[in-house]
Amino acid sequence: MSATATPLPASRARLGLRAGLLVALLLLAAMPVLNQLPVTHPLHVSDFLVSITGKWICYAILALSLDLAWGYAGILSLGHGAFFALGGYAMGMHLMRLIGPRGVYGHPVLPDFMVFLGYRELPWYWLGFDNFAFAMLMVVLVPGVLALVLGWLAFRSRITGVYLSIITQAMTYALMLAFFRNDMGFGGNNGFTDFKELLGQPLNTDTARAGLFYASLIALAASFLLCSRITRSKYGRVLTAIRDGENRVRFLGYNTTHHKLFAFVLSAMLAGVAGALYVPQVGIINPGEFSPANSIEAVIWVAVGGRGTLVGAILGAFSVNGLKTWLTSAAPDLWLFVLGGLFVLVTLFLPKGLIGLLKGRGA
Amino acid sequence: MSNKPPKGGRRLYLDGVSVVFDGFRALNNLSLIVEPGELRSVIGPNGAGKTTMMDVITGKTRPTAGTINFGEVDLTRLDEAAIANLGIGRKFQKPTVFDALTVFENMELALKAPRGPLACLRWALTGEAKTRIDSTLEETGLLDRAQDLAGILSHGQRQWLEIGMLLMQDPELLLVDEPVAGMTDAETEQTASLLVRIAGKRSVVVVEHDLEFVRALGRRVTVLHEGSVLSEGSIDHVQNDQRVIEVYLGR
Ligand SMILES: Nc1ncnc2c1ncn2[C@@H]1O[C@H](COP(=O)(O)OP(=O)(O)O)[C@@H](O)[C@H]1O
Ligand SMILES: [Mg+2]
Repeated sequence: MSATATPLPASRARLGLRAGLLVALLLLAAMPVLNQLPVTHPLHVSDFLVSITGKWICYAILALSLDLAWGYAGILSLGHGAFFALGGYAMGMHLMRLIGPRGVYGHPVLPDFMVFLGYRELPWYWLGFDNFAFAMLMVVLVPGVLALVLGWLAFRSRITGVYLSIITQAMTYALMLAFFRNDMGFGGNNGFTDFKELLGQPLNTDTARAGLFYASLIALAASFLLCSRITRSKYGRVLTAIRDGENRVRFLGYNTTHHKLFAFVLSAMLAGVAGALYVPQVGIINPGEFSPANSIEAVIWVAVGGRGTLVGAILGAFSVNGLKTWLTSAAPDLWLFVLGGLFVLVTLFLPKGLIGLLKGRGA
Repeated sequence: MSNKPPKGGRRLYLDGVSVVFDGFRALNNLSLIVEPGELRSVIGPNGAGKTTMMDVITGKTRPTAGTINFGEVDLTRLDEAAIANLGIGRKFQKPTVFDALTVFENMELALKAPRGPLACLRWALTGEAKTRIDSTLEETGLLDRAQDLAGILSHGQRQWLEIGMLLMQDPELLLVDEPVAGMTDAETEQTASLLVRIAGKRSVVVVEHDLEFVRALGRRVTVLHEGSVLSEGSIDHVQNDQRVIEVYLGR
């Protein structure tokens, strides 16, 4: 947008945005209901569409969390997929414990892969995961503590920019290698799968699927409200100030290490929640989730949608993944090139992303 | 002018301060005292070490040798944020305001208030805070720009916004690096009178090239050269100092 163009009055633009969000939310919420219509009904929504939308909602939460760190605080994490995966693994451990004696080997406590690998008893770090509340605590605590340690080391030493990005990328890569190992006690290569139930509900029913879908949608709405409360507070303005001139903020008397750490930890926890909701919907978690490419893809969602705006992050997650789904069936070999090209295009021509395009339309 | 130094104000005291970058002495055994409430001009040719002097006072650069005290506090042991919170504010040579925020939000960020993440999250603008911000905006001539993004301000206005932000921190000592570089004559004049008004309640150290500006400030002048003090006194005194004429004014 040029500086001379008269922007939409803020209140009208905001009203339009809110109305749009509400409509989108209602449309999403209607999907599992429309799924119940007979297949022949014109408004029927296919199982495939519902399940893939459920996944995208989780991705949108991940995009929000990344946007908080990158778009607002300027912390370009190329390892956010790791926090997502850790939340997913914490949920996966809970789901594995709930299988109980229903595994192939029928062991009362040990998951199949442990029996197969000759474990005699549950490793100590698996204790407590049979409890839902404990597992949910771990979903946010494990990513949070990792972000706290990594962030504290990096921010305190004033590691920023490319170096910080490389460290986060190295973190997710290292975790991927670690989780590939059988002796880590997380199922190695195969990870966790064959989940049976959650909260007493068998997972292979329409009810469970709809429940997970709505849980994700509520989590997305809650994350959005949380992030928007944060970014509109003075704290949010401190974050953008740090993004645009960290040194200057220090001379204003702010301990920028604390501020960045707070945002980074919160962001990692949100990513963990996204991963935890994702795993029961896709029915599997394996070390591939730590793949550096996943983290980079998440960055591209945010860049495409428009970093530094929460709606942009969500929009980016849905649109890029929509494109991916369509393209990987139409021309699977092309996807990586398209993804790379998309990133270059957006960086060069659409620095404010799709949301910038939408907002600039009136000008 | 009847600006009285504040009671219990602290003096800034630099003694034998040296800064060495790869064998190059940016500051060389520099000693300087700024009394509470004083307005001090520091002049010197490019590369004399003026900015480096501000860097060591504000914790951006650690001195290789020497003492820097503010009152009883040893500044060489503190980091930037701690020094800022102690009451030492700094305006950089290159104006750095936050372009993505409005003028008012820039001021609000600088306003003295609890600085932690949670405190900032819970922060709500009180009437008192708003009045303080507005009156400082008034003083710096920016009140009618309050709701504009800082990114669209003119160069001179950005400098004033920075000075305004310094004032919001309610500092005891202000360090102002080249405030009038690139300003029009009218803006320069306004800046001089602004700084004179500010001093007295607080100490102000102004680094400047522009001798007319320094003359307009009309206070004690320190001439830096190759990292140490070459001459000190009134503007007339230093302008007639033979050593100063040789290295600086004579050129
Ligand atoms: N970080 C640094 N590393 C190396 N040399 C520096 C650094 N900062 C300043 N200098 C050098 O120290 C000298 C003094 O610089 P400065 O304090 O910026 O001078 P002034 O502000 O008086 O123009 C210059 O020669 C400059 O090149
Ligand atoms: Mg300088």
